[in-house]
Amino acid sequence: MDLAIHTEKLARVYKLRGNKKEAAKELVALRDINLDVRRGELFGLLGPNGAGKTTLIKILTTLLAPSSGVARVAGYDVASEPEKVRPRINMVSGGESSGYGLLTVRENLWMFAQFYGIPSKLANERIKQLLDIVRMSDRMNTKSSDLSTGLRQKMNIVRGFLTDPEVLFLDEPTLGLDVEASLDVRNFVRGWMEANPDRTLLLTTHYMVEADELCDRVAIINGGQVLACDTPANLKRQLQSDVIYRMEVSPLNDLQPEALEALGGVRKVSHEAQDGAAVLELILAEDDALGSVVNMLTGKDIHILNLQKREPSLEDVFVNLVGHSMKEAESDANG
Amino acid sequence: MQATQGIGKPAKERGVSGRTFRAAAWLGWQIESNWADPLIFFIYSVIKPLSGAAILVVMYSVITNGAFDDPMFAYIYLGNAFYIYVAAVLTGVSWTVIDDREIYRMLKYIYIAPVHVPVYLLGRGFAKFAFGSLAVFITIAAGVYFLNVPLDLSLVNWPLFAVSLTLGIVMLAMMGLVLGSVMLLIVNNANFMGEAVAGALYLFSGAVFPLSILPGWLQPVGYIIPISYWLELLRRSVIGQVAESFPTFSQFSDIQLLAILAGLTALFTVLGFVVFRYCDHQAREKGYLDRYSNF
Repeated sequence: MDLAIHTEKLARVYKLRGNKKEAAKELVALRDINLDVRRGELFGLLGPNGAGKTTLIKILTTLLAPSSGVARVAGYDVASEPEKVRPRINMVSGGESSGYGLLTVRENLWMFAQFYGIPSKLANERIKQLLDIVRMSDRMNTKSSDLSTGLRQKMNIVRGFLTDPEVLFLDEPTLGLDVEASLDVRNFVRGWMEANPDRTLLLTTHYMVEADELCDRVAIINGGQVLACDTPANLKRQLQSDVIYRMEVSPLNDLQPEALEALGGVRKVSHEAQDGAAVLELILAEDDALGSVVNMLTGKDIHILNLQKREPSLEDVFVNLVGHSMKEAESDANG
Repeated sequence: MQATQGIGKPAKERGVSGRTFRAAAWLGWQIESNWADPLIFFIYSVIKPLSGAAILVVMYSVITNGAFDDPMFAYIYLGNAFYIYVAAVLTGVSWTVIDDREIYRMLKYIYIAPVHVPVYLLGRGFAKFAFGSLAVFITIAAGVYFLNVPLDLSLVNWPLFAVSLTLGIVMLAMMGLVLGSVMLLIVNNANFMGEAVAGALYLFSGAVFPLSILPGWLQPVGYIIPISYWLELLRRSVIGQVAESFPTFSQFSDIQLLAILAGLTALFTVLGFVVFRYCDHQAREKGYLDRYSNF
């Protein structure tokens, strides 16, 4: 199999220094990650903030040394052969305001093209072409400090694609972007992969729709571990026999979602408070289980405001694997 | 939107250092010169070095009652003028780590690019050297025209000056590389390091007073700092009689001083790359390459 990325028992432990009296603590960011990403794949890493996605990308892009295990990108070991990995990769991180603000958009991009040894004339042609595609050609001579967050992120995305890497890492590329800009980015990513079938793209996201819409395969990661890895369709198929309801109810008061999970036929329940109401996502083994859920709610004087039956999503797969929603997992990770 | 066909080949591995240096020097130049419009930038470039020199001149005038004809004045004035290079090159190279990691947040993108990071840091420092040269020229010209610093261009030992200046700049760049490498491992307060080191060297390198003025037990510090030999060589090449008035290095000939400077430059070159390699490895181990302190 022609692999663009291969990891084997990859682990990363951070040593966190406390004050002088306390001993250093260890934070396990990644544990025993085994991943194979085929050449030409658009592979998604899906997980909440703090799951270990960015740590994995940092290791794969040679920015961070693994604590143990093996990681190879484009056939080269990231720890012992970083100088062979770097010409073949690029990375774009979302949600940050990086860039040399004193330089124009064109200058920022041209300079990076120089670092990658792309001839100046070719670089300028590609910059124009790519800025056209992301509808930024009118901002080519704008200083990047004068760009909005969304435009700056688009410029960064162009920087990533400009060098035509064998393996491109996009770390939350649509974080902080508005709906229209996110759609632009997703369309661009999809188009680039179609036009360059031998290129590989690893995308991290905590947006389920993004992973579902874009990725050939998805690895669901939480707590530094890969919990499942398959195509979005196959992952959702695991829940095919289940029934999924979204129920909007009045506040749960003293009712714990775990009490609902104890009911027969109820597999998982995730809960989110929303503006004086609560939203329950219910994964049921069969439709009949809904009756006992409704009975418990009404018995606690909780009113049902809205009820929808729907198809399984990756969020449901996550809930099924982890036991709670992505947002709850992020809250746990943030302590 | 549509995507485009790619270029399809990894970056060429040949000529990496050359293109890294050129692009880094270009970036450094843009950052140094683009922060203001050209007129304001020109005024700043002239006033800044003159202000620095003026403080020293006023202090000297008060203490010596205006003895500008004393060789000590030329000694101090030239030492101070050439010391501009120390601040420019040494802190210029090392500050790039802070600049890129903390301010522009681009260090990680530079790192994953197929560049030689030490060469990138040196390239960024080159722009500081260029601006530093302008400041040195303005400072010395002002000294000659307004304060009677006895500089006669026909008496300057140009070969000695050129060799000394070149060796010294390389030496400062390599000291900057050592400092920049250490900064990779310091997440908080690394921004103070460059100024602290330049300040300490100012005191012990004979920039504004001969080493012989230092207490005996402190003088060895000056003798192990390569900048001391470099400044002595520059003074000898520009105004020989001024250097002769102070016996700090009188036991050494020009050639001996050059040999010492060359040896120390070679030492710092090796040290620069060795320290960088170690700190680079440690920074990747600790995950410091994209750690922001928001100082």
